[in-house]
Amino acid sequence: MIAIIDYHVGNLGSVTNAFKRLGMDVAVTRDHDVIRQADGIILPGVGSFPVAMKHLEQYDLIDVLNEVKDKGTPIMGICLGMQILFETGYEFTTTQGLGFLSGTVELMQVNEKLPHMGWNQLIFNHQHPVLNHIEEEDYVYFVHSYAANCPDEELIAYCEYGGIKVPAIVGKDNVLGCQFHPEKSGEVGKMILKAFKEIVEQ
Amino acid sequence: MLAKRIIPCLDIKDGKVVKGVNFVGLKDVGDPIELAKEYDRQCADEVVFLDITATYENRDIIRDLIQRGANELSIPLCVGGGIRSVEDFRMILSSGADKVSVNSAAVKNPQLIKDASDEFGVQCVVLAVDAKARDDQSGWDVYVAGGRINTGLDLIEWVKKGEALGAGEILLTSMDADGTRDGFDIKMLKAVVEAVNIPVIASGGCGDKEDIAEVFEQTNCDAALAASLFHFGEATVDEVKDICAARHIPVRRNKQ
Repeated sequence: MIAIIDYHVGNLGSVTNAFKRLGMDVAVTRDHDVIRQADGIILPGVGSFPVAMKHLEQYDLIDVLNEVKDKGTPIMGICLGMQILFETGYEFTTTQGLGFLSGTVELMQVNEKLPHMGWNQLIFNHQHPVLNHIEEEDYVYFVHSYAANCPDEELIAYCEYGGIKVPAIVGKDNVLGCQFHPEKSGEVGKMILKAFKEIVEQ
Repeated sequence: MLAKRIIPCLDIKDGKVVKGVNFVGLKDVGDPIELAKEYDRQCADEVVFLDITATYENRDIIRDLIQRGANELSIPLCVGGGIRSVEDFRMILSSGADKVSVNSAAVKNPQLIKDASDEFGVQCVVLAVDAKARDDQSGWDVYVAGGRINTGLDLIEWVKKGEALGAGEILLTSMDADGTRDGFDIKMLKAVVEAVNIPVIASGGCGDKEDIAEVFEQTNCDAALAASLFHFGEATVDEVKDICAARHIPVRRNKQ
Protein backbone atom coordinates (compact mmCIF):
# COMPACT_ATOMS: atom_id res chain seq x y z
CA MET A 1 0.00 0.00 0.00
CA ILE A 2 1.17 3.50 -0.85
CA ALA A 3 0.35 6.24 1.63
CA ILE A 4 -0.24 9.64 0.09
CA ILE A 5 0.33 12.10 2.88
CA ASP A 6 -2.71 14.31 3.36
CA TYR A 7 -1.52 17.50 5.03
CA HIS A 8 -3.84 20.04 3.51
CA VAL A 9 -1.83 20.97 0.44
CA GLY A 10 -4.34 20.82 -2.36
CA ASN A 11 -6.24 18.18 -4.22
CA LEU A 12 -4.76 14.70 -4.23
CA GLY A 13 -7.19 13.18 -6.72
CA SER A 14 -4.90 13.03 -9.71
CA VAL A 15 -1.93 11.48 -7.91
CA THR A 16 -4.25 9.01 -6.14
CA ASN A 17 -5.82 7.98 -9.43
CA ALA A 18 -2.48 7.69 -11.17
CA PHE A 19 -1.41 5.01 -8.67
CA LYS A 20 -4.80 3.30 -8.74
CA ARG A 21 -4.51 3.00 -12.51
CA LEU A 22 -1.18 1.24 -11.93
CA GLY A 23 -3.03 -1.29 -9.79
CA MET A 24 -1.73 -0.05 -6.43
CA ASP A 25 -3.57 0.15 -3.14
CA VAL A 26 -3.55 3.78 -2.14
CA ALA A 27 -4.39 5.44 1.16
CA VAL A 28 -4.73 9.20 1.38
CA THR A 29 -3.92 9.66 5.01
CA ARG A 30 -2.32 11.46 7.91
CA ASP A 31 -2.83 8.52 10.26
CA HIS A 32 0.49 7.58 11.83
CA ASP A 33 -0.22 3.84 11.91
CA VAL A 34 -1.20 3.77 8.26
CA ILE A 35 1.97 5.70 7.39
CA ARG A 36 4.08 3.25 9.44
CA GLN A 37 2.54 0.27 7.64
CA ALA A 38 2.86 1.72 4.16
CA ASP A 39 5.22 0.12 1.63
CA GLY A 40 5.81 3.49 0.02
CA ILE A 41 5.13 7.13 0.81
CA ILE A 42 4.14 9.95 -1.51
CA LEU A 43 4.64 13.45 -0.16
CA PRO A 44 2.68 15.78 -2.43
CA GLY A 45 2.65 19.52 -2.18
CA VAL A 46 1.33 22.70 -3.73
CA GLY A 47 1.72 26.15 -2.20
CA SER A 48 4.71 27.53 -0.36
CA PHE A 49 7.57 25.98 1.61
CA PRO A 50 6.76 27.60 4.99
CA VAL A 51 3.05 26.76 4.79
CA ALA A 52 3.78 23.14 3.89
CA MET A 53 6.16 22.75 6.85
CA LYS A 54 3.65 24.42 9.14
CA HIS A 55 0.99 21.92 8.11
CA LEU A 56 3.34 18.97 8.61
CA GLU A 57 3.97 20.25 12.13
CA GLN A 58 0.29 20.90 12.80
CA TYR A 59 -0.60 17.35 11.88
CA ASP A 60 2.37 16.05 13.88
CA LEU A 61 3.79 14.28 10.83
CA ILE A 62 7.47 15.17 11.03
CA ASP A 63 8.49 12.48 13.54
CA VAL A 64 6.61 9.69 11.80
CA LEU A 65 8.07 10.69 8.42
CA ASN A 66 11.54 10.55 9.96
CA GLU A 67 10.71 7.16 11.42
CA VAL A 68 9.66 5.61 8.08
CA LYS A 69 12.55 7.29 6.30
CA ASP A 70 15.01 5.78 8.81
CA LYS A 71 13.60 2.30 8.45
CA GLY A 72 14.01 2.47 4.66
CA THR A 73 10.47 2.92 3.34
CA PRO A 74 10.67 4.41 -0.18
CA ILE A 75 9.52 8.04 -0.12
CA MET A 76 8.80 10.21 -3.13
CA GLY A 77 8.19 13.94 -2.79
CA ILE A 78 6.42 15.70 -5.64
CA CYS A 79 6.93 19.38 -6.50
CA LEU A 80 6.77 21.28 -3.19
CA GLY A 81 6.80 17.85 -1.53
CA MET A 82 10.23 17.38 -3.11
CA GLN A 83 11.43 20.80 -2.01
CA ILE A 84 10.65 20.22 1.67
CA LEU A 85 12.81 17.06 1.61
CA PHE A 86 15.80 19.43 1.68
CA GLU A 87 17.37 21.12 4.68
CA THR A 88 16.37 24.73 4.22
CA GLY A 89 13.92 26.72 2.10
CA TYR A 90 14.19 30.42 1.28
CA GLU A 91 10.67 31.07 -0.02
CA PHE A 92 9.40 34.28 1.69
CA THR A 93 11.45 33.46 4.79
CA THR A 94 14.05 30.97 5.94
CA THR A 95 12.35 27.70 6.87
CA GLN A 96 13.80 24.43 8.05
CA GLY A 97 12.81 21.50 5.84
CA LEU A 98 12.75 17.79 6.61
CA GLY A 99 16.45 17.47 5.83
CA PHE A 100 16.15 14.03 4.18
CA LEU A 101 18.32 15.38 1.34
CA SER A 102 21.21 17.79 1.69
CA GLY A 103 20.79 21.17 0.07
CA THR A 104 18.61 24.23 -0.06
CA VAL A 105 15.64 25.51 -2.04
CA GLU A 106 16.06 28.97 -3.55
CA LEU A 107 14.46 31.31 -6.06
CA MET A 108 15.71 30.36 -9.52
CA GLN A 109 18.24 32.81 -10.92
CA VAL A 110 17.42 32.55 -14.61
CA ASN A 111 17.45 34.78 -17.66
CA GLU A 112 13.97 33.53 -18.55
CA LYS A 113 10.35 33.88 -17.49
CA LEU A 114 9.27 32.74 -14.03
CA PRO A 115 7.45 30.60 -13.07
CA HIS A 116 9.19 27.88 -15.05
CA MET A 117 5.91 26.60 -16.41
CA GLY A 118 5.33 23.91 -18.98
CA TRP A 119 6.87 20.79 -20.46
CA ASN A 120 10.61 20.45 -20.31
CA GLN A 121 13.05 17.67 -21.17
CA LEU A 122 14.80 15.44 -18.68
CA ILE A 123 18.55 15.02 -18.94
CA PHE A 124 19.99 12.13 -16.94
CA ASN A 125 22.83 12.76 -14.51
CA HIS A 126 23.07 9.44 -12.65
CA GLN A 127 21.57 6.04 -13.30
CA HIS A 128 18.69 5.19 -11.03
CA PRO A 129 15.83 2.64 -11.15
CA VAL A 130 13.31 5.50 -11.24
CA LEU A 131 14.50 6.16 -14.81
CA ASN A 132 13.94 2.55 -15.90
CA HIS A 133 10.93 3.15 -18.13
CA ILE A 134 11.75 6.56 -19.58
CA GLU A 135 14.30 7.96 -21.97
CA GLU A 136 16.51 10.98 -21.94
CA GLU A 137 14.81 14.06 -23.47
CA ASP A 138 11.36 12.86 -22.47
CA TYR A 139 9.10 15.76 -21.51
CA VAL A 140 7.54 16.26 -18.07
CA TYR A 141 5.37 19.06 -16.68
CA PHE A 142 6.96 21.69 -14.42
CA VAL A 143 5.47 24.62 -12.60
CA HIS A 144 7.68 26.33 -10.02
CA SER A 145 9.80 29.39 -9.33
CA TYR A 146 12.00 27.91 -6.59
CA ALA A 147 14.43 25.08 -7.22
CA ALA A 148 16.73 22.79 -5.29
CA ASN A 149 20.40 23.50 -4.92
CA CYS A 150 21.86 20.08 -4.16
CA PRO A 151 25.12 18.12 -4.40
CA ASP A 152 25.81 16.29 -7.66
CA GLU A 153 25.46 12.86 -6.07
CA GLU A 154 21.82 13.59 -5.23
CA LEU A 155 21.02 14.85 -8.73
CA ILE A 156 19.48 12.02 -10.77
CA ALA A 157 18.07 14.10 -13.63
CA TYR A 158 17.74 17.78 -14.49
CA CYS A 159 16.34 20.02 -17.17
CA GLU A 160 17.80 23.15 -18.71
CA TYR A 161 16.01 26.43 -18.29
CA GLY A 162 17.14 30.02 -18.55
CA GLY A 163 20.80 29.07 -18.54
CA ILE A 164 20.82 26.81 -15.48
CA LYS A 165 20.44 23.12 -14.69
CA VAL A 166 17.18 22.75 -12.81
CA PRO A 167 17.13 19.66 -10.55
CA ALA A 168 14.20 17.56 -11.79
CA ILE A 169 14.70 14.20 -10.05
CA VAL A 170 16.73 14.05 -6.86
CA GLY A 171 17.38 11.24 -4.47
CA LYS A 172 19.50 9.51 -1.89
CA ASP A 173 18.98 5.98 -0.51
CA ASN A 174 15.24 5.42 -0.10
CA VAL A 175 14.32 9.09 -0.64
CA LEU A 176 13.31 10.44 -4.04
CA GLY A 177 11.90 13.74 -5.24
CA CYS A 178 10.44 15.07 -8.49
CA GLN A 179 10.30 18.81 -9.05
CA PHE A 180 7.80 18.25 -11.87
CA HIS A 181 4.36 16.66 -11.56
CA PRO A 182 4.52 13.03 -12.74
CA GLU A 183 0.74 12.77 -12.26
CA LYS A 184 0.30 15.59 -14.81
CA SER A 185 3.03 14.47 -17.17
CA GLY A 186 1.15 12.17 -19.52
CA GLU A 187 2.59 8.78 -20.40
CA VAL A 188 6.12 9.68 -19.26
CA GLY A 189 4.81 10.63 -15.83
CA LYS A 190 2.98 7.33 -15.57
CA MET A 191 6.20 5.48 -16.38
CA ILE A 192 8.01 7.32 -13.57
CA LEU A 193 5.28 6.39 -11.10
CA LYS A 194 5.42 2.83 -12.40
CA ALA A 195 9.17 2.76 -11.69
CA PHE A 196 8.48 4.05 -8.18
CA LYS A 197 5.86 1.32 -7.76
CA GLU A 198 8.51 -1.27 -8.69
CA ILE A 199 10.96 0.23 -6.20
CA VAL A 200 8.25 -0.03 -3.54
CA GLU A 201 7.45 -3.63 -4.44
CA GLN A 202 11.07 -4.80 -4.30
CA MET B 1 14.23 22.89 -23.84
CA LEU B 2 10.83 24.15 -22.76
CA ALA B 3 8.20 23.04 -25.27
CA LYS B 4 5.61 25.35 -26.78
CA ARG B 5 2.24 24.31 -25.41
CA ILE B 6 -0.90 23.64 -27.43
CA ILE B 7 -4.05 24.02 -25.40
CA PRO B 8 -7.53 23.06 -26.54
CA CYS B 9 -10.17 25.18 -24.83
CA LEU B 10 -13.58 23.75 -24.04
CA ASP B 11 -16.35 26.30 -23.66
CA ILE B 12 -18.80 24.74 -21.24
CA LYS B 13 -22.44 25.56 -20.55
CA ASP B 14 -24.60 23.54 -18.18
CA GLY B 15 -21.99 20.79 -18.12
CA LYS B 16 -21.78 20.49 -21.91
CA VAL B 17 -19.24 21.72 -24.45
CA VAL B 18 -20.16 24.60 -26.69
CA LYS B 19 -18.19 26.96 -28.88
CA GLY B 20 -19.19 30.53 -29.41
CA VAL B 21 -18.40 32.35 -32.61
CA ASN B 22 -17.78 35.92 -31.54
CA PHE B 23 -19.41 34.86 -28.27
CA VAL B 24 -22.84 34.25 -29.86
CA GLY B 25 -24.43 31.38 -31.75
CA LEU B 26 -23.58 28.47 -29.52
CA LYS B 27 -23.44 24.92 -30.80
CA ASP B 28 -23.34 21.87 -28.55
CA VAL B 29 -20.48 19.49 -29.25
CA GLY B 30 -20.60 17.04 -26.38
CA ASP B 31 -19.30 15.79 -23.09
CA PRO B 32 -16.36 17.84 -21.76
CA ILE B 33 -14.57 14.94 -20.08
CA GLU B 34 -14.72 12.65 -23.10
CA LEU B 35 -13.49 15.45 -25.32
CA ALA B 36 -10.72 16.42 -22.88
CA LYS B 37 -9.53 12.80 -22.67
CA GLU B 38 -9.41 12.65 -26.44
CA TYR B 39 -7.21 15.77 -26.43
CA ASP B 40 -5.01 14.17 -23.77
CA ARG B 41 -4.56 11.19 -26.11
CA GLN B 42 -3.74 13.59 -28.96
CA CYS B 43 -0.88 14.99 -26.86
CA ALA B 44 -2.50 18.25 -25.81
CA ASP B 45 -0.25 19.94 -23.25
CA GLU B 46 -3.03 21.27 -21.06
CA VAL B 47 -6.80 21.68 -21.24
CA VAL B 48 -8.90 24.71 -20.38
CA PHE B 49 -12.50 24.45 -19.20
CA LEU B 50 -14.23 27.77 -19.61
CA ASP B 51 -17.65 27.86 -17.98
CA ILE B 52 -19.33 30.51 -20.08
CA THR B 53 -22.51 30.46 -18.04
CA ALA B 54 -20.16 31.74 -15.39
CA THR B 55 -22.51 32.05 -12.47
CA TYR B 56 -21.54 29.06 -10.38
CA GLU B 57 -25.13 28.95 -9.17
CA ASN B 58 -24.98 25.25 -9.49
CA ARG B 59 -21.57 24.57 -7.98
CA ASP B 60 -22.14 20.84 -7.79
CA ILE B 61 -22.10 20.53 -11.58
CA ILE B 62 -18.82 22.36 -12.02
CA ARG B 63 -17.22 20.70 -8.98
CA ASP B 64 -18.14 17.28 -10.30
CA LEU B 65 -16.84 18.17 -13.75
CA ILE B 66 -13.49 19.37 -12.39
CA GLN B 67 -13.13 16.31 -10.18
CA ARG B 68 -13.79 13.98 -13.08
CA GLY B 69 -11.45 15.99 -15.30
CA ALA B 70 -8.62 15.99 -12.77
CA ASN B 71 -9.00 12.29 -12.05
CA GLU B 72 -9.16 11.15 -15.65
CA LEU B 73 -6.66 13.47 -17.34
CA SER B 74 -2.90 13.04 -17.23
CA ILE B 75 -2.23 16.68 -18.14
CA PRO B 76 -2.90 19.96 -16.31
CA LEU B 77 -6.39 21.43 -16.19
CA CYS B 78 -7.20 25.14 -16.06
CA VAL B 79 -10.72 26.31 -15.19
CA GLY B 80 -12.19 29.74 -15.79
CA GLY B 81 -15.41 31.67 -16.00
CA GLY B 82 -17.27 33.60 -13.34
CA ILE B 83 -14.57 33.46 -10.67
CA ARG B 84 -15.20 36.28 -8.23
CA SER B 85 -13.49 35.49 -4.96
CA VAL B 86 -10.69 33.66 -3.21
CA GLU B 87 -13.37 31.16 -2.14
CA ASP B 88 -14.14 30.45 -5.82
CA PHE B 89 -10.43 29.79 -6.34
CA ARG B 90 -10.42 27.46 -3.36
CA MET B 91 -13.43 25.49 -4.60
CA ILE B 92 -11.96 25.04 -8.07
CA LEU B 93 -8.45 24.13 -6.89
CA SER B 94 -9.66 21.80 -4.15
CA SER B 95 -11.79 20.02 -6.76
CA GLY B 96 -8.57 19.22 -8.62
CA ALA B 97 -7.92 21.97 -11.17
CA ASP B 98 -4.30 23.09 -11.48
CA LYS B 99 -4.99 26.67 -12.49
CA VAL B 100 -7.81 29.16 -12.31
CA SER B 101 -8.30 31.85 -14.90
CA VAL B 102 -9.87 35.08 -13.80
CA ASN B 103 -11.04 37.91 -16.05
CA SER B 104 -13.78 40.45 -15.23
CA ALA B 105 -13.53 40.04 -11.46
CA ALA B 106 -9.83 40.93 -11.56
CA VAL B 107 -10.62 44.15 -13.44
CA LYS B 108 -13.27 45.03 -10.88
CA ASN B 109 -11.08 44.03 -7.96
CA PRO B 110 -7.37 43.70 -8.85
CA GLN B 111 -6.61 42.78 -5.23
CA LEU B 112 -8.17 39.38 -6.02
CA ILE B 113 -5.06 38.53 -8.07
CA LYS B 114 -2.84 39.30 -5.09
CA ASP B 115 -5.03 37.56 -2.54
CA ALA B 116 -5.31 34.41 -4.67
CA SER B 117 -1.61 34.25 -5.51
CA ASP B 118 -0.64 34.82 -1.87
CA GLU B 119 -2.97 32.04 -0.81
CA PHE B 120 -2.43 29.44 -3.55
CA GLY B 121 0.76 30.48 -5.35
CA VAL B 122 1.31 32.46 -8.56
CA GLN B 123 1.43 29.27 -10.61
CA CYS B 124 -2.32 28.77 -10.41
CA VAL B 125 -3.44 32.34 -11.12
CA VAL B 126 -4.04 32.89 -14.83
CA LEU B 127 -5.08 36.40 -15.76
CA ALA B 128 -7.40 36.14 -18.75
CA VAL B 129 -7.62 39.36 -20.73
CA ASP B 130 -9.91 40.17 -23.66
CA ALA B 131 -8.64 43.13 -25.65
CA LYS B 132 -9.46 45.04 -28.80
CA ALA B 133 -7.53 47.65 -30.79
CA ARG B 134 -8.56 51.25 -30.24
CA ASP B 135 -10.04 52.97 -33.29
CA ASP B 136 -7.05 55.28 -33.58
CA GLN B 137 -4.69 52.23 -33.45
CA SER B 138 -2.85 53.79 -30.50
CA GLY B 139 -3.01 50.51 -28.57
CA TRP B 140 -5.61 48.16 -27.12
CA ASP B 141 -8.41 48.46 -24.59
CA VAL B 142 -9.39 45.75 -22.13
CA TYR B 143 -12.97 44.44 -22.38
CA VAL B 144 -15.01 42.49 -19.84
CA ALA B 145 -18.34 40.69 -19.64
CA GLY B 146 -17.60 38.42 -22.59
CA GLY B 147 -16.34 41.33 -24.65
CA ARG B 148 -19.38 43.54 -24.19
CA ILE B 149 -17.96 46.27 -21.98
CA ASN B 150 -14.91 48.42 -22.72
CA THR B 151 -13.22 49.08 -19.38
CA GLY B 152 -11.08 51.88 -20.81
CA LEU B 153 -8.04 50.15 -19.30
CA ASP B 154 -4.96 50.04 -21.51
CA LEU B 155 -3.97 46.43 -22.26
CA ILE B 156 -0.26 46.87 -21.66
CA GLU B 157 -0.73 48.72 -18.38
CA TRP B 158 -3.22 46.10 -17.23
CA VAL B 159 -1.05 43.05 -17.92
CA LYS B 160 1.92 44.73 -16.21
CA LYS B 161 -0.24 45.46 -13.20
CA GLY B 162 -1.53 41.88 -13.24
CA GLU B 163 2.00 40.52 -13.23
CA ALA B 164 3.01 42.83 -10.38
CA LEU B 165 0.00 41.67 -8.34
CA GLY B 166 0.95 38.02 -8.73
CA ALA B 167 -0.57 36.60 -11.92
CA GLY B 168 1.51 33.61 -13.02
CA GLU B 169 0.40 33.60 -16.62
CA ILE B 170 -1.55 35.75 -19.11
CA LEU B 171 -4.26 34.25 -21.32
CA LEU B 172 -4.63 36.89 -24.00
CA THR B 173 -7.66 36.86 -26.30
CA SER B 174 -7.81 39.30 -29.17
CA MET B 175 -11.43 40.39 -29.69
CA ASP B 176 -10.45 41.55 -33.15
CA ALA B 177 -9.19 38.12 -34.17
CA ASP B 178 -11.58 35.93 -32.16
CA GLY B 179 -14.07 34.10 -34.35
CA THR B 180 -12.48 35.28 -37.60
CA ARG B 181 -10.27 32.19 -38.00
CA ASP B 182 -7.79 34.43 -39.83
CA GLY B 183 -4.88 33.71 -37.50
CA PHE B 184 -3.71 35.03 -34.15
CA ASP B 185 -3.27 38.74 -33.45
CA ILE B 186 0.50 38.83 -33.81
CA LYS B 187 0.89 42.54 -33.14
CA MET B 188 -1.06 42.46 -29.88
CA LEU B 189 0.76 39.33 -28.70
CA LYS B 190 4.17 40.77 -29.41
CA ALA B 191 3.33 43.86 -27.39
CA VAL B 192 2.17 41.82 -24.39
CA VAL B 193 5.04 39.30 -24.51
CA GLU B 194 7.47 42.20 -24.46
CA ALA B 195 5.70 43.91 -21.58
CA VAL B 196 5.70 41.03 -19.09
CA ASN B 197 8.08 38.34 -17.85
CA ILE B 198 5.49 35.61 -17.24
CA PRO B 199 4.18 33.06 -19.76
CA VAL B 200 1.63 34.28 -22.31
CA ILE B 201 -1.03 32.09 -23.95
CA ALA B 202 -2.21 33.26 -27.38
CA SER B 203 -5.94 33.04 -27.98
CA GLY B 204 -8.40 34.13 -30.62
CA GLY B 205 -8.30 33.74 -34.37
CA CYS B 206 -6.85 30.28 -34.84
CA GLY B 207 -8.33 28.98 -38.09
CA ASP B 208 -5.96 26.27 -39.20
CA LYS B 209 -2.92 24.26 -38.19
CA GLU B 210 -0.50 26.69 -39.78
CA ASP B 211 -1.75 29.53 -37.60
CA ILE B 212 -0.36 27.82 -34.50
CA ALA B 213 3.08 27.29 -36.02
CA GLU B 214 3.01 30.87 -37.18
CA VAL B 215 2.23 32.37 -33.78
CA PHE B 216 5.20 30.50 -32.30
CA GLU B 217 7.50 31.64 -35.11
CA GLN B 218 6.45 35.25 -35.01
CA THR B 219 6.10 35.87 -31.27
CA ASN B 220 7.72 34.61 -28.10
CA CYS B 221 4.41 33.45 -26.63
CA ASP B 222 4.53 30.20 -24.66
CA ALA B 223 1.31 28.54 -25.64
CA ALA B 224 -1.48 28.69 -28.18
CA LEU B 225 -5.10 28.08 -27.36
CA ALA B 226 -7.74 26.96 -29.86
CA ALA B 227 -11.27 25.65 -29.64
CA SER B 228 -13.18 25.12 -32.87
CA LEU B 229 -10.12 23.92 -34.83
CA PHE B 230 -10.02 20.87 -32.56
CA HIS B 231 -13.67 20.47 -31.59
CA PHE B 232 -14.95 19.96 -35.08
CA GLY B 233 -12.23 17.47 -35.92
CA GLU B 234 -10.60 19.71 -38.53
CA ALA B 235 -7.24 19.02 -36.95
CA THR B 236 -5.84 16.94 -34.13
CA VAL B 237 -3.30 18.30 -31.68
CA ASP B 238 -0.88 15.70 -33.05
CA GLU B 239 -1.26 17.07 -36.56
CA VAL B 240 -0.55 20.59 -35.35
CA LYS B 241 2.55 19.28 -33.59
CA ASP B 242 3.68 17.53 -36.81
CA ILE B 243 3.70 20.91 -38.50
CA CYS B 244 5.41 22.64 -35.59
CA ALA B 245 8.11 19.94 -35.37
CA ALA B 246 8.74 20.16 -39.10
CA ARG B 247 9.28 23.89 -38.64
CA HIS B 248 11.72 23.28 -35.74
CA ILE B 249 9.39 24.57 -33.04
CA PRO B 250 10.00 22.58 -29.82
CA VAL B 251 6.88 20.55 -29.02
CA ARG B 252 6.26 17.51 -26.86
CA ARG B 253 5.38 14.42 -28.91
CA ASN B 254 3.50 11.29 -27.94
CA LYS B 255 5.76 8.36 -27.11
CA GLN B 256 5.75 5.74 -29.83
